[in-house]
Amino acid sequence: MMRGKVWKFGDDVSTDLICPGRYYHLRSNLSELAKHALEDADPEFAANVEKGDFVVAGRNFGLGSSREHAPVIIKLAGAGAVLAESFARIFYRNCINVGLPAIECDTSKFEAGDEIDIDLAAGIIRDLTNGATVTFAPLEPAMQKILDDGGLVEHIKKHQGFSIA
Amino acid sequence: MGLTLAEKILSNNLGSEVRPGDFAVFRTDLCLLQDGTGPLAVRQFRKIGFEKVFEPSAVVVFLDHAAPCPKSELANDHMLLREFARQTGCTLSDVGDGICHQVMSQYHTSPGDILIGADSHTVTGGALAAFSTGMGSTDLAVGMGLGKTWLRVPATIRVQCTGALQRGVYSKDLMLSIISQIGADGATYKALEFGGDTIESLTMASRLVLSNMAVEAGAKVGLIASDSLTEKYLEEHARTDQYKRIAPDDDASYESVLDIDSAALEPQVACPHTVDNVKPVGEVSGTRVHQVFIGSCTNGRLEDIAIAASIMREKTRHPDTRVIVTPASRRVYMEAVESGYVDTLLRAGALFMPPGCAACPGVHGGILGDGEVCLATTNRNFLGRMGNPKSHVYLSSPATAAASAVTGVITDPREVV
Ligand code: SF4
Repeated sequence: MMRGKVWKFGDDVSTDLICPGRYYHLRSNLSELAKHALEDADPEFAANVEKGDFVVAGRNFGLGSSREHAPVIIKLAGAGAVLAESFARIFYRNCINVGLPAIECDTSKFEAGDEIDIDLAAGIIRDLTNGATVTFAPLEPAMQKILDDGGLVEHIKKHQGFSIA
Repeated sequence: MGLTLAEKILSNNLGSEVRPGDFAVFRTDLCLLQDGTGPLAVRQFRKIGFEKVFEPSAVVVFLDHAAPCPKSELANDHMLLREFARQTGCTLSDVGDGICHQVMSQYHTSPGDILIGADSHTVTGGALAAFSTGMGSTDLAVGMGLGKTWLRVPATIRVQCTGALQRGVYSKDLMLSIISQIGADGATYKALEFGGDTIESLTMASRLVLSNMAVEAGAKVGLIASDSLTEKYLEEHARTDQYKRIAPDDDASYESVLDIDSAALEPQVACPHTVDNVKPVGEVSGTRVHQVFIGSCTNGRLEDIAIAASIMREKTRHPDTRVIVTPASRRVYMEAVESGYVDTLLRAGALFMPPGCAACPGVHGGILGDGEVCLATTNRNFLGRMGNPKSHVYLSSPATAAASAVTGVITDPREVV
């Protein structure tokens, strides 16, 4: 069970908004780069997000570049999961690989600042501020396994290769 | 039921038939890293404990996004990648050699390959009938170490294009129109498959534009069947033996079919700040342009530079509009020099950046000022994409870009060609 506060974002938040190109030179300095996470979508986010808070967005979150730095710095900044109506493909895959839960669900009921809790295994999110309950479909078993192992690096180390079939 | 191009390539790779929705681990024929995503991939590779890449000749490392380096941190990343290439024996494409997707198309990608790249525009290889797709650094670390990756087989949207493009209208206009119809997420998790007589008569340079931008509709791949033109392209790059005919079955089953009347198409412009915000050029003509950028893995090929040169011949750029041209590869640059296009464009007031990504990702080489407008032949106009969230990026064909360079405002190229 995870519990935290909602940081609300709109539709089409690109990886350029999450991890701007002007900080390209910080890509080998992830803790510095994380200070700019989501900067062009909400300049307040990185400095004020608390450990375990959630990034909650609309459609097509993470569209654009393949930069894995985008989910990595969201995670390093402290977010416990990303919730969106839908995700761009590469971003979604990267979330699983870096061990950041990405949950596809109806996010319209959650408002900025709401306190929510998420039961990943049961697929239930409860908004403790307004009482709303939202369900979501479990992950594909292959992806769940990678996530459970702690991301792709750990998965491969543990199984000495892929073990998802 | 027959197979689509995506299903066919994946089934061949696996040696057994797969269908949309199936999960499997596939052999990777080629892996691509670039200087923005490569350093993390190398660190993940080492973290897993790999020492060797599965096949040195199948891994290509590109120094193209920050090339030459504008900052010491990036120069250090380049050192890391050069050292990795030396240590593992994989191929290094160094500063000035060109953009990863262009160089891969010229010298590496072949029909039927599965190519994974730590760059979203890896989809470019689909024009050569390769299942070519972008992933993150960790996926590439594993791909390099094991020669394998997991994939879910995508359902396919067939984009059926009929008729000849009019004068002044190019494959970029066609693709912008397709993206506006599908939407920026309309093909998420899916394969696009381009076909029809329009596609058959396009040059390889023009086909590469379509596949390159498939990701702007969210697609996993943007495939085109291989044919005699593919064979000729490989031959021109000394790779005749790598040709294979790969086409979808006549009775392939598509999730949907999008019919496009190519002959009815006008020049298109994608407006800030999403690629699917597309308008016919007439609706935005007159918009003041501070910078024209002709380049990128979308439209930085010889054909594009030739079009720009033909429009700007014996003209000069508008005094308030700077014009940056960046050939997509060393070979493209050399051919543009030999053909006289570089001379023409220099005389018209353009400046050249060395082959690479240059201004496209907002790292260096053409960052915009507050409130400035760039008309670019690239593939993305997201807020901040070209380095400044207070600037505005419009996307067009090289013809529209060159016509606008002369007038200083967005201009319909049919008024000048
Ligand atoms: S030219 Fe632009 S889109 Fe293409 S690989 Fe370089 S940065 Fe990416």
